[in-house]
Amino acid sequence: MTTRIDRRFEALKKEGRAALVTFVTAGDPDYDTSLKILSGLPKAGADVIEIGMPFTDPMADGPAIQAAGLRALAAGQNMKKTLKLVKDFRKQDKDTPIVLMGYYNPVYVYGVGKFLKDSKAAGVDGYIIVDLPPEEDGEFCIPALKAGQNFIRLATPTTDDHRAPTVFHNTSGFVYYVSVLGITGTKAPDLKSVKANVNRLRKHTSLPICVGFGVKSAEQARAIAKDADGVVVGSALVQAVEKSLTKAGKPTSKTARAVHALVSDIAQGVRS
Amino acid sequence: MNVNTPNSFRTGPDENGLFGIYGGRFVAETLMPLILELEQAYKAAKADPAFQAELDSFLEHYVGRPSPLYFAERMTEHLGGAKIYFKRDELNHTGAHKINNVMGQILLARRMGKKRIIAETGAGQHGVATATACARFGLKCIVYMGEVDMERQKPNVFRMKLLGAEVVPAKSGSRTLKDALNEALRDWVANVEDTFYCIGTVAGPHPYPEMVRDFQSVIGRETKEQMLKREGRLPDSLVAAIGGGSNAMGLFHPFLDDRQVEIIGVEAAGLGLKTKTKHAASITGGRPGVLHGNRTYLLMDDDGQIIEGHSISAGLDYPGIGPEHAWLHDMKRVEYVSATDRQALDAFQICCKLEGIIPALEPSHALAHVMKIAPKKPKDHLMVMNMCGRGDKDIFTVADILGAKL
Repeated sequence: MTTRIDRRFEALKKEGRAALVTFVTAGDPDYDTSLKILSGLPKAGADVIEIGMPFTDPMADGPAIQAAGLRALAAGQNMKKTLKLVKDFRKQDKDTPIVLMGYYNPVYVYGVGKFLKDSKAAGVDGYIIVDLPPEEDGEFCIPALKAGQNFIRLATPTTDDHRAPTVFHNTSGFVYYVSVLGITGTKAPDLKSVKANVNRLRKHTSLPICVGFGVKSAEQARAIAKDADGVVVGSALVQAVEKSLTKAGKPTSKTARAVHALVSDIAQGVRS
Repeated sequence: MNVNTPNSFRTGPDENGLFGIYGGRFVAETLMPLILELEQAYKAAKADPAFQAELDSFLEHYVGRPSPLYFAERMTEHLGGAKIYFKRDELNHTGAHKINNVMGQILLARRMGKKRIIAETGAGQHGVATATACARFGLKCIVYMGEVDMERQKPNVFRMKLLGAEVVPAKSGSRTLKDALNEALRDWVANVEDTFYCIGTVAGPHPYPEMVRDFQSVIGRETKEQMLKREGRLPDSLVAAIGGGSNAMGLFHPFLDDRQVEIIGVEAAGLGLKTKTKHAASITGGRPGVLHGNRTYLLMDDDGQIIEGHSISAGLDYPGIGPEHAWLHDMKRVEYVSATDRQALDAFQICCKLEGIIPALEPSHALAHVMKIAPKKPKDHLMVMNMCGRGDKDIFTVADILGAKL
């Protein structure tokens, strides 16, 4: 069974270039602006879209994504609305893969079976659930794979050759290599170690490897795209949202444009 | 009793860190290798008599164990029913039961060659205990504490600083204990090489709930021995306050298979369970979810967003509870009840006047429940309450509520 994610990476391989994977938080700063941001991402150069499911206690995220989640929750975002957001996006884009990313509790509370059914129907292709390591695969990963969806796992600098087979065992779609030890958006990746680690992990998996955590500029993206199959940009986009807001935290006419401009710029890096 | 009653309540968790459906290892991949390493290191230490001997020695000479089992005569007379004993863990060095667990974890950290210790703290008792042990062994200590709690518990912040610890304010989310825990986990992810995370309660990813329980079980083991010596038999009931649940688990665990012993955990009902959000009773007012590495009862909304707990006691206002407690609740082995801010405050004052003991607000919740049930028990009923902390840290809060100017 192939998903939109598999097809997209296959196509990019033929084109001979890396993917740009973009992350934004659902409902940040509010539902309508968030939909506007999402809708423009493919045209700006995003090949895969990760949508963050807001959570009060995102333990692997840095200040930028924490703040984005709290902005979204304050604006009334919840899981139902996040799935509606995907559905609304799909009305005009049938091809761009969508990955929902977040923490397990909101999914668990929604109900795993119901969540898989509703999210698939909305047009979701895969999931990254940060606090579900392979040791907890029975919870969600296996049911997701059975539903024909992708379960994308994070590999980290602590994923050594001993650990790697466990991590990749039930991973599908692509591998998200976390380039730094730490939380999202705080440190810049060390390009030399990224290259070494990506090459090391290739011995354990034939899946595309995308690299993220701390990528902020076209230049970094260009360097990473040389070795990886994709570059993930998240905190930088979320910060672009934040910077465009009024003092009261309201969106402005610049909000969606600021995100799209940054994506275009980084896409240039990935494609050059 | 439940139809699925196990042969023993003391064999958990299983190899996946589960107590029934509770517990587990819900952490980011970066932390997985560390948690597996910790599990191995703890297993080895547990099996090593030299480790236990070293811990016992520090518990005796540094912490001041065993703590007395004290017959609270005037409280017993006042209530006119059960014979009430206090397990005096408030007499430990640093004033609470927290140090029992900290000594164990710090000795383990030393064994593992870790030089940098991080901890989270709510009221500051676990932070003070960790800072204390780190000072004793010359280890670097960083304590995460919610910005709001730092303001509420200034004396403990200063204590930690005197002991050489760095206190870092958690400025995210609601800026209390749960956020301090988030920040500590974020620190750990960024400093995996040299850092040991010293968790203060029976929660977090496996093996923490098991490990902290084992280190705190010294409370129950001593109680058992002392009661047998004193009364020639086991107590009839045990009562302890529950935030995350470490003092309660420490007292309860050695007694879980003594089925005749009635065991009661008292959660913080804050301004009342009817307020929905102004309490911290995760079992009586919450439902199962996943947070901070484990599945357990949590306070949350319909969307799975965590709700801030409320209690007069900063040590109890955590929106979750240890996973083993969640399981013992489902198995009906332990009864979980709650006491309000008001009831705890009344118990606090009565204890000061009748027993000459200023209790912390945490055990004041347990005492409030003792005051409720003891009068209905016969005079030969032996009831043990865990006096898990002293109230010096709370006098400002209490003065404020009673309208006294210091």
